[in-house]
Amino acid sequence: MAWRRAQVLTVIVSILALGVLPIFLPSYPVFVLTSVLIFAIFAMSLDVLIGYLGYTSFGHAAFFGVGAYAAVISALRLGQSFWGSGLLALAVVLLVAMIFGAIALRTSGLPFIMISLALGQALWGLAYRWSTVTGGDNGLSIPMRPELPLIGRLESSLAYYYFVFVVFAIAVAALSLLVRSPFGLSWRGIREREIRMQVLGYHTWLHKYLAYLTSAFFGGLAGILNANLTGFVSPEALAISNSATAILMVILGGPGTLIGPCLGAAVIVVMRQIMSSVTQRWMMVLGVVYIATVMFLPGGLMGMMSRLMVRINSGAPQRSDRSQGKNVERTPATHIQSGGKS
Amino acid sequence: MQFWIIQSLNGVAYGMLLFLLSAGLSLILGMMKIANLAHGAFYLLASYIGYSVVRTTGNFPLALVAGTLTGLGIGFVTERMFMRRLLGRTHLQVLVSIGIALIIADVSLVLWHGDPVTIRPPALLARSVDLWIMRFPAYRLFIITSGLLIAVVLNIILGRTRWGAIIRAAVDNQEMARAMGINIEKVFMLTFGFGSLLAGFAGVMGAPFLSVYPGLDWELLPLTLVVVIVGGIGSINGALVGSLILGLLDNYGRALFPDLSYFTLFVPMIIILAVRPSGLIPRS
Repeated sequence: MAWRRAQVLTVIVSILALGVLPIFLPSYPVFVLTSVLIFAIFAMSLDVLIGYLGYTSFGHAAFFGVGAYAAVISALRLGQSFWGSGLLALAVVLLVAMIFGAIALRTSGLPFIMISLALGQALWGLAYRWSTVTGGDNGLSIPMRPELPLIGRLESSLAYYYFVFVVFAIAVAALSLLVRSPFGLSWRGIREREIRMQVLGYHTWLHKYLAYLTSAFFGGLAGILNANLTGFVSPEALAISNSATAILMVILGGPGTLIGPCLGAAVIVVMRQIMSSVTQRWMMVLGVVYIATVMFLPGGLMGMMSRLMVRINSGAPQRSDRSQGKNVERTPATHIQSGGKS
Repeated sequence: MQFWIIQSLNGVAYGMLLFLLSAGLSLILGMMKIANLAHGAFYLLASYIGYSVVRTTGNFPLALVAGTLTGLGIGFVTERMFMRRLLGRTHLQVLVSIGIALIIADVSLVLWHGDPVTIRPPALLARSVDLWIMRFPAYRLFIITSGLLIAVVLNIILGRTRWGAIIRAAVDNQEMARAMGINIEKVFMLTFGFGSLLAGFAGVMGAPFLSVYPGLDWELLPLTLVVVIVGGIGSINGALVGSLILGLLDNYGRALFPDLSYFTLFVPMIIILAVRPSGLIPRS
């Protein structure tokens, strides 16, 4: 129970901090913090698939990128307002997700990883080569910030931060309600044993498909927010590296929780900002982070902390997790059997 | 007419190169169920090593050997240090192999600076040869023959030798194979090493054709994945067919609609997945 209480406390404290602190910060840290929130939405959306449904998608950048491109292109070429382009982009994201989901969900496990990667890469190729529409390698830029009905245009980075903060809070609330609902529980049922869910009368394909669409929706939302933050979109948004980073954020934080991916996003975004200003070898550092995460933190930061709490509570080092089963947040090492689905 | 023949031959040559790369991946990913996304990075590293060997010694066969050994070595290391501990945990294999790929790419950037380089094929293969009505680069014919040769050798090894039988047994039913006294750890290490060796070989073979530059690893990897999916996961002959389809499609695509050329490579995968989810030639 202490772990639960600690979690709730952490969430409250960090929401307060995120709400108040930026007022006192200069604009660059506010920019970084905005980026953290956006990638937290992105990572959480992927966690719906990895942590809750047990499907490792390696093409999540597709939705991030489609959202970003659709928002920028509709604003640039169709002259849409922020809201118009945003809604249009979300619709496009859902449309792409409906097609991709129908293809990718024909498989599971390892083939699912490969197919999601290939589908994402197809879009990357489109953005990269079809330069008359997408601007090719140079990307497209657009200086645009949302205009709210009463408050006006969110010109300053602080104002945009608060806009993203509100969207983030809504996303967190929506996702946590969803994963706790009976519908969200069915995803975990599918993750553990799909056949049993089928026998119980669940139309598992539909549940998976809806989880896929949910995940894509929030991933696209993150992409739209990011395009408006940087005022720029390039094939980078659709690149494999973006998909990979999202997986890293989820696993590093702790899959199957919503706090974990947010934590992972914060660590990676902040580290990228600091390291890339200090060293040219950011890619190597990132590579080491990938390997270290797997070798030393297979349950992610959340898994590590829950084990720590258990140890503190019981007063003595515990080897057996089973006797403490109720307190232990389940780690992916125990609950995701990605390869073995049939 | 001549244009189409040359495009087709180019496509076949490119396809054969993809086959060399994806045959190894098909073994590792399809048969052993290990998600090694560093396969493209192994290719890249071997290309660069081959380049350095040719530049210092001028000896192309030596470069081929060096690149092949590079693939083998890095495959062994990857399997022993990481993959062995992560069997069955696909998403962790994915992460580790991305990490390895990033480190290899960055080390290559430090050592070889990132300007595109290319290997000069040996004088014998650097010419063009007369083929009935046109001339065609001899080196591309060399790639085609090597690819076919490797396909035959792989089929013989996997289908007709004791070693192949052991691999198939180990992959299909681990417990049973173990009970029969087969050393699974050794089989997995050797198979992984062999798959990576093929990536290394492909790296040096491909360097005169595609040249070598940063980012090539992640450009080739999705194509090899598509080949494996289209052909049927774990099937060598499927990989061969898939490679040829992709190679030809790539060349026709570039010639017909350059804007969409990369995108078109993924269309057959989508169609085949819709019609035959287990690929063209599934491994039974």
